[in-house]
Amino acid sequence: MTEPQNASPLLHIDGLRIDLPLDGAPRTVVHRADVTIPEGRAVALVGESGSGKSLTARCVMGLLPGSARIHGDVRFAGESVPGMNAERLRAFRAAEVAMVFQDPRAHINPARSIGDFLIEGLTTARRVPSGEAVKKVTGILREVGIPDADRRMRQRPHELSGGLLQRVMIAAALAVEPRLLLADEPTTALDVTTQEEVMAIIGEAREARGLALLFITHDLELAAAVSDRVVVMYAGSTVEELPAARLRAHAAHPYTRALLASRPSVFDEAAELRSIPGRPLSGFEAPEGCAFSDRCTHVQDVCRSERPQPSPHGDAFAACHFPYVLASEETADHA
Amino acid sequence: MTTMPAALSTRPRAKRRTGRIDPLTLVAGGVVALFVLLALLGPLLAPHDPNAVDPLNVNAGPSGAHWLGTDDTGRDLLSRLIAGARATLAAPAAVIAVSTALGTLLALTAAWFGGWLDRFVSGALDVVFGFPGLILAVLVAAVFGAGLTAPIVALSIAYLPLITRVVRSAAIKERHLPYVAALQLLGAPTARIWLRHLLPNLLPLVLVQATIGFGYALLDVAAISFLGLGSQPPDPEWGLMVANGAPSILAGQPQQSLYAGIAILVVVVAFNLLGTGLSRRLLGESA
Amino acid sequence: MLEVRNLRKEYGEFVAVDEVTFALPEQGALAIVGESGSGKTTTARMIAGLEAPSGGSVVVAGEERPAGRLRARERRVRARQIQMVFQDPYASLDRRQRVGDALAEAVGFHQRLPADGVRARVAELLDMVGLDDRQARALPKALSGGQRQRVAIARALAAEPRLLILDEAIAALDVSIQAQILTLLRRIRTETGTALLFITHDLGAVRHISDEVLVMQHGRVVEHGPVATVLGAPQHPYTQRLVASIPKPGWTPRRRAERAAA
Repeated sequence: MTEPQNASPLLHIDGLRIDLPLDGAPRTVVHRADVTIPEGRAVALVGESGSGKSLTARCVMGLLPGSARIHGDVRFAGESVPGMNAERLRAFRAAEVAMVFQDPRAHINPARSIGDFLIEGLTTARRVPSGEAVKKVTGILREVGIPDADRRMRQRPHELSGGLLQRVMIAAALAVEPRLLLADEPTTALDVTTQEEVMAIIGEAREARGLALLFITHDLELAAAVSDRVVVMYAGSTVEELPAARLRAHAAHPYTRALLASRPSVFDEAAELRSIPGRPLSGFEAPEGCAFSDRCTHVQDVCRSERPQPSPHGDAFAACHFPYVLASEETADHA
Repeated sequence: MTTMPAALSTRPRAKRRTGRIDPLTLVAGGVVALFVLLALLGPLLAPHDPNAVDPLNVNAGPSGAHWLGTDDTGRDLLSRLIAGARATLAAPAAVIAVSTALGTLLALTAAWFGGWLDRFVSGALDVVFGFPGLILAVLVAAVFGAGLTAPIVALSIAYLPLITRVVRSAAIKERHLPYVAALQLLGAPTARIWLRHLLPNLLPLVLVQATIGFGYALLDVAAISFLGLGSQPPDPEWGLMVANGAPSILAGQPQQSLYAGIAILVVVVAFNLLGTGLSRRLLGESA
Repeated sequence: MLEVRNLRKEYGEFVAVDEVTFALPEQGALAIVGESGSGKTTTARMIAGLEAPSGGSVVVAGEERPAGRLRARERRVRARQIQMVFQDPYASLDRRQRVGDALAEAVGFHQRLPADGVRARVAELLDMVGLDDRQARALPKALSGGQRQRVAIARALAAEPRLLILDEAIAALDVSIQAQILTLLRRIRTETGTALLFITHDLGAVRHISDEVLVMQHGRVVEHGPVATVLGAPQHPYTQRLVASIPKPGWTPRRRAERAAA
């Protein structure tokens, strides 16, 4: 890894806790999220349903409902996002961050043309003259693999396939010229071949623009393939954070390891499928101790009574009382 | 993949569903219950004989003996309103019972078999829907002579689309849920799938449609009686009472028309509010 | 036990399934893979008898299955041949019906048992899929996605089918739950000898659970063979592309469509 150690991070989510009213009473849905993204880097946030990964991403965009209570901090280039007023937040979303969602159809007005959708953001939020906006959008569409931009911009969302529409969403996000792109399961609804296309497009755009990426997914393999570092969340807490390249061999948290072992591999014939008993918990269901303790095969008494805090091992973190740490890894880190 | 935002939006609604009913719906339900009770027990509750004329006491104002006063022949208005509840509510009840039963059956049949049958039912309903129900009922009454039977039949047909269209589209959705396919593959008899699964799942919607429809049907029936083609004097039917009271309005004695009109208005609004409230409560989650 | 010959489905001009032919032996496990719109689900629905083919035939246990209306007895005979589990676990269950009642109903179609016999059979089915009495008393909405899918599997097993079709049955579940259901299906195959037909886009699951795989594209079968061969050394360009787009260590996403077009 060649990360500059002293560069101030672009995004720093520090001990984020989110309380939301559920059934009328405030419940903690995210207990502790810690994510750091240096300028231009890609971090994947991995978790199952209820893990709090999407809420964490929405918090970065300032998209949580007004009833949410936020503790801890989310800092973008040193500035607190929860501390922004409405006007600053609009400017922030119009110029510095952009988000791509799982279901593009739900985020594009079905009655308006693709062109209107793409140009509107530029002409209203950034006051770009419309002729210039069209030229710019056409260029970005070409960049995301839509060569016949003129025709596509006249079409409406229902005339485009899911894969094409997701490219349009990416184009809309890139038009903002953000420093950080948030992608919330952008390929989950797509076929694998389309997924590869979309991820390749995001990768190329990042390279060309030095764009940082927060990639939210449930797929560990995909996460490892497209990002520099991987953050694993479970039941509202960050449980592990490590370099993507070391995910497979060096994951220290039992949940990360169990999740890896529960994915049937296409390529490893000998690999045995090991399922995790029980079901993934949501943040608000997390018990007092370690949230994973019910499903962990290495559980001890202390796990049920005391919630483990993230502790460093090498250049990674794991929130576990009994993390796997390989002896060889210790030496490798010091070498 | 289910994510938290889904939980955000469904949880509070689920709470409302199981929690208290909103006060407006409660009041509407109370009013409806009261009038249904009146319809059932009316003659027993009326303080006077609703048809007893009193030539010495016509168009009297409210008094201890006649709380709402008397009409142009000296009949006690309160008693007539109470006794008339049955005549006023029974006809729309019959209309809604027939159109709901028939409409639900039609909707299920069209949804189940699909294809040309569905297209035929939808087309036929469009034709009926295009024809104003009230005019149809008036025409029928004019042809077959005054009385409630003919208008009830006509309105039952006119109200078919109201029930059938909504239930049909819900039934199509329901019929294509995989649990229905699973039951078919298990060898479940079609009648069983209809009666034990589809119908109970559609029932809340049917109930809501019937409740809302009832208000409209009551208004239509009252209008027919008002025109003199439905209930006949001396029945204390409310629409008829509005018409009977009309000449007295000019004489500065609006009470008969006024009270009967208010009674109609209150019942119609109550049924509408109840229907909307039920719809929120019964369909809020699944719709 | 299952033979599919030249199966075909047209919707007007559009050919959804085009001359699909394959066979599945008793107790075998076959996967049909392909992307959305490849015709794999339509193929499964025609095999199950939920949709009428435009051409070709489905032969089960040596007998052709004609389309059309069936008598009650024929329906039950067919039910004991093929059952199906669907993608959406919640919509697969009647939301008003308690789990135990749904299973008892399914048992009732196939066995004439006294009340306590039905109860015992329901308990046995629940046990087979790893559920207990507490879940039997619950409505579907009180269960997790994985539990709902277990109920759907138990209900299918109530007919003791010789073939179980799984139409994207794990696609809507969390990763850790997918593994549980896959393990359960493998155990069911070993314990009951039920043949399995998987309809899926998940090649990892295919590798883990089936013997043979059939790759479909635009309604046609483009490759068919043992799983290890097809996934290990794919022959058809489409299969190669499918395998190449699966994320794995050292994998970098590439734009392939454009390159192929250029």
